[in-house]
Amino acid sequence: MGYQFAAVLAFAVMAVLFALVVLMVGRLLRPRFPNDDKLSIYECGERPVGSAWYNFNPRFYLIALVFIVFEVDIALTFPVVVVYAAWIEKGLGFVAFVELILFTVVLLVGLAWAWGHGDLEWIKKLSESPRKTDRSGLVAPTARPGV
Amino acid sequence: MRITLGLDSTSLSRRYPRLAILATLFMAFGLPLGLYVAALAVFPLNTPERLDAMAEQWLGYDLAGSPYRYIVYTAFLLLVAFIAVNYTAVFGGVSTWVERRVAGRMQSRIGPNRPGAAGFLSWVADAVKMILKEDTIPAEADHLLFRAAPYFSMVGLLLPFVVLPFGEATVVTDMNVGVFYVAAASAFVVVGILVSGWASNSKWALFGGIRGAAQVMSYEIPAGIAMMVPVLMAGTLSMQGIVRAQGGWPWQWFVFQNPAAFVAFFIAVTASLAEGNRTPFDLPEAESELVAGYHAEYSGFRLAIFLMVEWANMWIMAGLAVTLFLGGWQVPGYGAEDYARLLGTGLLPAPGWFGLQLLSMLMFVVKTWALVFVFIWLRWTLPRVRVDQMMSLCWKYLVPGAFLCFVVTLVWQLLVPPAGVAFTGYALTALALFVLAKFAVATRRNISKVAGHRVDLGNW
Amino acid sequence: MNTQFAIFVFLALATLIGAASVALSRNIFWSAMGLLSCLVGVGGLYVMLSADFVAITQLLVYIGGVLVLILFAIMLTSQIQEISVSNRSVGLVGGYLIFFVVSTLLSFVALWAPWRLTSKEPVANTTVALGDGLLGTWLLPFEIASVLLVATLVGAIVIARKEVKSDS
Repeated sequence: MGYQFAAVLAFAVMAVLFALVVLMVGRLLRPRFPNDDKLSIYECGERPVGSAWYNFNPRFYLIALVFIVFEVDIALTFPVVVVYAAWIEKGLGFVAFVELILFTVVLLVGLAWAWGHGDLEWIKKLSESPRKTDRSGLVAPTARPGV
Repeated sequence: MRITLGLDSTSLSRRYPRLAILATLFMAFGLPLGLYVAALAVFPLNTPERLDAMAEQWLGYDLAGSPYRYIVYTAFLLLVAFIAVNYTAVFGGVSTWVERRVAGRMQSRIGPNRPGAAGFLSWVADAVKMILKEDTIPAEADHLLFRAAPYFSMVGLLLPFVVLPFGEATVVTDMNVGVFYVAAASAFVVVGILVSGWASNSKWALFGGIRGAAQVMSYEIPAGIAMMVPVLMAGTLSMQGIVRAQGGWPWQWFVFQNPAAFVAFFIAVTASLAEGNRTPFDLPEAESELVAGYHAEYSGFRLAIFLMVEWANMWIMAGLAVTLFLGGWQVPGYGAEDYARLLGTGLLPAPGWFGLQLLSMLMFVVKTWALVFVFIWLRWTLPRVRVDQMMSLCWKYLVPGAFLCFVVTLVWQLLVPPAGVAFTGYALTALALFVLAKFAVATRRNISKVAGHRVDLGNW
Repeated sequence: MNTQFAIFVFLALATLIGAASVALSRNIFWSAMGLLSCLVGVGGLYVMLSADFVAITQLLVYIGGVLVLILFAIMLTSQIQEISVSNRSVGLVGGYLIFFVVSTLLSFVALWAPWRLTSKEPVANTTVALGDGLLGTWLLPFEIASVLLVATLVGAIVIARKEVKSDS
C-alpha cells in the first residue's frame, strides 16, 4: 500500500514538474514587455475600481456547510456499502440493510427539512430583498455586507 | 516586433501536402498508440515485487537487497507518471481539435482546417503559440498564489489517473479505495479554482472562482452517492474489482443490470459534467456574464494549463463512467481465465496476451471516446443553465434522485436473485437498443424533411 | 527504511510549517494555504500508518470541504482587503502563555506516555475492516452519527440563515 501512495506522490510531483518545466522553457522563449496598462486588471476596459477582495453573498457559505454534512455522510457510508454484498452472503443482509436505510432516511429528513423551509431556493431572497443583487448571486461591490 | 521564419504551419502544410498528411498521421495515430503501448509495457510492472523479479531474472541483480532499490522505484514511478502526464497533454490537445471540428459540423461551418491534414495539427500549433505568448501577471494580484493556482489544477487532474484502468493489466496501481480516492481527488481542483479566482484580484475572476467552487462542491454529492450504486453491486471500492464484476457484453454491464443503476449512470454523468465545468454547466466561465471567469486574468501557458485541465478532465469523467457503469475494458467473450491462461507462469507472457491486452485497452478507449463525443454534442446542443437552475437541479433533483437509486439498489441487491438480474440485463439492453434505433430513424426523417438535406458523413 | 524516514520527515515538516504559518502569517488567505499544507501532511502521515481510507477521507472532507468552507469564510470576513487590519495580533502575552503551557504539556505527553507498540501486520483492506466494524461493534454510534449530522445540518442552516436574512 505504501507503494500505491508513493505512486500518488509521484503523480503529484510529475504534475507540478510538467507545468514547471514548460513554463521555464517558455520563459526563455516568450517576450516580456510589461507596461502599466497591460498589467492592470481587466474590468471591461475601464480602470479597475478598488480591489476585488471584498465580501460576497453568504449563501455560498451555506452551500459549503451543507456540502460538508453530506460529504461526511458519504465518507461514513462508503465502508458499509463495500461490505454490503459480503454481509448478504453471510446471511446478515437485513442488518446491513436496516442500518443503511435508517442512516439514509435520517439524513433525508434533514434534507427535506431544509427544502421545506426554503433553504434550497437560490433566488428567493432576490424577490424579497429591496437591495439589488446581480444574477450571479453576488452582492454588488458597494454593498459591503458584514460591515 | 514580428519574427517570421517562413515556417508557420499553414504555409508548410500547403507547400508540402504529403508531409502534412504524414505528420498528421503520426500525431493522430502514432503518438497515442505509442503512449498506449508504452503504458502496456510499463504499467503492469509497477509493483515492487515485479520490479525485483525483473531485475533478478534479466539483469541478475538483487534489487530487493540493494541500497539503491528506492531510487529505482522512484525513477520507475516517475516514468509511469511521465507517460500519464503526456497522455493527458495529448488527449487534452486532440480533444480541443475534435471539439472544434464537431462544433463546426454542428453549426454548418468548417472549423479549424489549416495546419496538417483536416487541421489536425492546430492543437500543436495552439500549444506552441501558448508557450510563446507573453505571460502577464496583474500588478495588483497576489503574485505567488496567482502562480501557484495552475499547479493545484494540474495535480487535481493527474491524480485520478493513478487508479483509472486502461486495460486488464494496464493500470498504474489498483488501490483498495480506488473509487473513493477518485471522488476525493477533485478537492484539489476546487482549491485551484478558488485560489486562482481570489489571487487574480479581479471581480470577474472572484465571481467565477466562488461560483466554480460552489458548483464543483455541490455536484460532488450526487456524484458520490451515484458512485455507491456500482460499489454496492460489485462489493469493492477497487476500480479493477468493479470492472471484473462486470462482463464484456452490454447486458453484463452494471448500467443495464439494475434499473436504479441505469438512472444512477445518468445522474453520475450529469454531475461529472458539472464538476468538470462543461457546458451546460460552464457557469464559472460564462463568457456572456463573467468574461472568462476564474482564469480571466491568466495568459500564455498558465491559461493553457487551465484549458488543458478542463479538456483532459473529459477523459477522466468519461473513463470513470465507463469503468463504473459500462463494463470498462472487458472484452466480449473473454473472461478472467483467458487472461490467466495466456499470461502463463513464465517471465514473458505469450504474444496472445499482449494482443488481448491491446484489445481490452481498445474496448476502454473506444467506449470512452464515444462518451467524450456525447459530452461534445451536449455542449453544442444545450444552452447554459442559470445559477439558480444549476443549484436547484443539484439539490432538488440529483441529490434526492441519487439517494433513491441508492435505496432501490439496496433492496435490489437483497431481494433479486441472479436470474432476475440477468433478465433485467437483457431487457434493459433491448430497451436501450430500441430507443437508439428510434432515435436514428427520427433523426434521419427530420433531416430528409428539409429539401436538399441528407445524411452526409463525407465532408470531414 | 531510510526512504520511509525521509518521507516521514518531509510530511512532518509540511504539517509543522503549515501549522506554524496558519498561526503566524499576517495574511489571512495565506494562513488558509498553510492549513492546506498542514492537512495534506496529516493525510500523508495517515498513509504512513497504513490507514488508507482515513487518509482519503482527510482529503475528501478536510481539503475538499472544511478548507473550502474556511476559504469562503475568509472571503466573508469584513475588511479582508486591508490585510494588516484583518490579522492583527491581539493579546500577545496570553497567546505566548497558552502556547508555552500547551506545547510543554504536549511534549511531555509525546515523550513519556507509554505508547503501545504492536508488531502486528497492517490491515490489508482497511475499508472492509471499517465496514464490518460499523455494522458490528460500532452499529449504534454509526446510527447516532446520522442524527448528529442532521443536527449539524439544521443548526448550521438556522444560524447561517439569520446571516443571509440580515444582510439581504
